[in-house]
Amino acid sequence: MAQNIWVVAEQWRGQATDATFELLALGRELADGLGTSLETVLFGHGVGDLAGEFGASDTVLAADHPAFAVPTAEAFGAALASLVKERQPRCVLVPLTNVLWDALGILPAELDGPFINFCQDVRVSQGRIEADCLLYGGKMRATVVPTGDGAVFGLASGVRPPDQGRVDRTPTVEAVAPAVPTSLRVQFKDFHEPEAADVDITQQDVLVAVGRGIQTQDNVELAEELATALGGATCASRPVIDQGWLPLARQVGKSGATVKPKLYIAAGISGAPEHTEGMKDAELIIAINTDPEAPIFGVAHYGIVEDATDVLPALTESLAAMKE
Amino acid sequence: MKILVLLKMVPDVVEELEVGPDGTSLDLEFQRLIVSESDDHALEQALILKDRHGGTVTALALDQPDIDDVLFTALAKGVDRAVKVTETDTALTSRSTGTVIAQTLPAVPDLLPVDLIVTGCQAIDDLDGQVAPLVANALGLPYLGLVTGVAAEPDADRATITKEYAGGVRGVFEVPLPALLGLQVAEKPPRYVPVAKVRAAMKSAQIAAVPAAGEPVATRIDVLDMAKPESASHAEMLEGSPEEMAAKLGELLAARGLV
Repeated sequence: MAQNIWVVAEQWRGQATDATFELLALGRELADGLGTSLETVLFGHGVGDLAGEFGASDTVLAADHPAFAVPTAEAFGAALASLVKERQPRCVLVPLTNVLWDALGILPAELDGPFINFCQDVRVSQGRIEADCLLYGGKMRATVVPTGDGAVFGLASGVRPPDQGRVDRTPTVEAVAPAVPTSLRVQFKDFHEPEAADVDITQQDVLVAVGRGIQTQDNVELAEELATALGGATCASRPVIDQGWLPLARQVGKSGATVKPKLYIAAGISGAPEHTEGMKDAELIIAINTDPEAPIFGVAHYGIVEDATDVLPALTESLAAMKE
Repeated sequence: MKILVLLKMVPDVVEELEVGPDGTSLDLEFQRLIVSESDDHALEQALILKDRHGGTVTALALDQPDIDDVLFTALAKGVDRAVKVTETDTALTSRSTGTVIAQTLPAVPDLLPVDLIVTGCQAIDDLDGQVAPLVANALGLPYLGLVTGVAAEPDADRATITKEYAGGVRGVFEVPLPALLGLQVAEKPPRYVPVAKVRAAMKSAQIAAVPAAGEPVATRIDVLDMAKPESASHAEMLEGSPEEMAAKLGELLAARGLV
């Protein structure tokens, strides 16, 4: 049985993403730790040239098929599962991203082997592979081992610096042709771009972000007032966007924007991994939350355990007082 | 349109979570459970489709603490039928939940076939798999996750599905019905239903109980340890009244030239 480590490459509109290189860095560590090879699985359509970028791996298993252009469970996922069954890798590392979501999600249904989701890190320990996973919105960590070979790991963003996975070396490229169902039921039509935003939150020096803890639509105004006082803009985590209290273009996190402002004030945001991956690199993070165990305090530089609807206006007032 | 909604309970993370005596799982003894957030969106999307096109909506869930409240609330919101799958292990993993549901659905009287099955795209305890793709595969249905929109004509055999990508981009797909969708977010926030209507549903409606069919699958993972995450860093916590803390923050920002 082959015992190679696999990384499934994610590409978005013809480019290999950072998520791929982060996993290549991790995969290299695992392969070296176990004395085995690292292989990149590159499924796509017309993107075979990307294989040359995956020098961190020894081999690239490349498959070209029109149905791989936009990954689906039915084509990409099933084909990946069939290749796993055929080649039997020791483990498969897959970016837990929106692009590969369906293809990754179908793997535990297609394969009998272990599936470990929400991984923040994977390592070799005493000759076996173990993972740290963040569950329950980031409030619990579980250390997990697969009980068999062929484990699939779904990895959150940021496991390693992406540049660590960019290696200037030419990997061996092997063309593979996994089976794709002839009649595909899920048909991709097109992409809809987001509506032009009134404010580009990725270009702001100061962001005041609101989450579920802001409680009401009216209270968003408290964040607007503080943002204005600081010369910045407001943004939000998913629950606020889903309520329609701020436009989609203001969403920060996995499904929204990644921001790196000089100041990020997280008001009433618990700090689930899906949110923090979009803001953890801000220069200064101040978190306000009523829950002292909120994961946001693990990424913030300063924290306040208090109702954001009390602190935001108080801060706006204190800034006004300082200007007088 | 005949729609089935799958609901699942998860710990309410607004409350403090505690690790159980085994050191590898959550202590659920005093833990409040709530319906998984994206499942609630799936329910809303089903009701939106019913409002738009007519038809029926059935809500189905495994028997868990407080599930009756959740199902009566669904009935009060407009669900036509509620089904509770009994005789299951209360602490099933996501992988087993998906398998048990898929094996039980054919045994529910007068349920299948349906035009659409909707559920959440993920839950916060999905350590070993997600329910949506597991059920889809077991039933041989096409599957799409991260769904944010569903459009279908009343008697159509196809639906147009919108899916979420990063940065606000949406992908549009076409899929034949029946299909199974994992909802990320409904077209509108989940509707509010007054307590009085829920109480009325408790008096007038019934929850059908169906015993689970089949066996849970082996999870194939071992949890060695569960603990509250110790992050490499932790915020320096400010103390005092909101006004005092605001004043400290103001000084801090001024010192960094941010005001």
